[in-house]
Amino acid sequence: MAQYFLIFISAIFVNNIVLAKFLGICPFLGVSKKTSTAIGMTGAVTFVMTIATIVTWLLQKYVLVKYDLVFLQTVTFILVIASLVQMVEIILKKVSPSLYAALGIFLPLITTNCAVLGVALLSAGNADFGLLQSTMFAIANAIGFGLAIIIFSGLREHLEFADVPEGMKGAPVALIVAGILALAFMGFAGLA
Amino acid sequence: MSNTNKLSILTKGFLKENAVFVMLLGMCPALGTTTSAVNGMGMGLATMFVLVMSNIVVSLIKNLIPDKVRIPSYIVIIATFVTIVDLSMHAYIPSLYKALGLFIPLIVVNCVVLGRAEAFASKNNVLDSILDGLGMGLGFTLALVILGGVREILGSGSIFGIDLHIFPGDGMLVFVLAPGAFIALGYIIAITNKINKKFQKA
Repeated sequence: MAQYFLIFISAIFVNNIVLAKFLGICPFLGVSKKTSTAIGMTGAVTFVMTIATIVTWLLQKYVLVKYDLVFLQTVTFILVIASLVQMVEIILKKVSPSLYAALGIFLPLITTNCAVLGVALLSAGNADFGLLQSTMFAIANAIGFGLAIIIFSGLREHLEFADVPEGMKGAPVALIVAGILALAFMGFAGLA
Repeated sequence: MSNTNKLSILTKGFLKENAVFVMLLGMCPALGTTTSAVNGMGMGLATMFVLVMSNIVVSLIKNLIPDKVRIPSYIVIIATFVTIVDLSMHAYIPSLYKALGLFIPLIVVNCVVLGRAEAFASKNNVLDSILDGLGMGLGFTLALVILGGVREILGSGSIFGIDLHIFPGDGMLVFVLAPGAFIALGYIIAITNKINKKFQKA
């Protein structure tokens, strides 16, 4: 039990996927202008990241390693993720139109979200991780992603009203705010 | 197409349409691998290789790929070259491979590479696509070296591993760590915006 707890704390706070590992920066900067879109993106990422990690972990263990094909890892994983995103999109559209309406526009964006491929590669590459640990790791990282992007979107909503110097408007000031947020997350470093 | 046009295809990626500083693409490797100028350069060159090679292949077979499956096809082409880089770097430059780590396989999802395949190579001939790949790749490398250089100078008081003796003791550690990457990139983008604005007025 303690092991799972540690995976969670470590992935959410100490090694936050966005602010410490620099994965998923594109959606972090791209869809964080409003808190509502940030929440939608978090939902879509959690969904895809968890399923993708489970599928790629199984593929890694029972196909790639078994038949000595690990050099095909990158090609296999990205194809799995791309087709998974597409499949999730089609299934959601049929099964739950309301959820599809909420997540719809974010799903295609996820294929190029390096956080999903990153987490899949990290848990497939970690020899200590069984299927359950990998699933936990994926969920924890998705929560970490959500925490970072939702906090950041809240900060950016306030930034709209701030008096920012002309040249710093837009991306530069957003990045500096992200830097300060990362600094705050470094405070968790002693936890693990 | 005239020579000035060819030149502009090559040079537009340096400053005017710089992938990192202006278009804000490929931010993950730009932030994640630039703890020093050398790491930034290694990442930049690896990406440039993938960019040029995938641009060549995409522009060669653009008429053979059905429109509906073009994105997955591009991804497979890109992933193939990424695997080549991954394996060669593991074999020949293990120290750099270790420093860049996860970010080498993640070149696959670098928006710059897929973006150029979709926006340029799929519509232009091979020569132009090579120039575009080289230009964009060099611009990306330049951006990573600048960001890596700034972080290395401020963070450890050295550049390309050569000690500059500007700090008594160690440098400002924060610039080597995660927050420094965001802050340094923020200021560099602000400066680039300023320079680009000046060029547009002139």
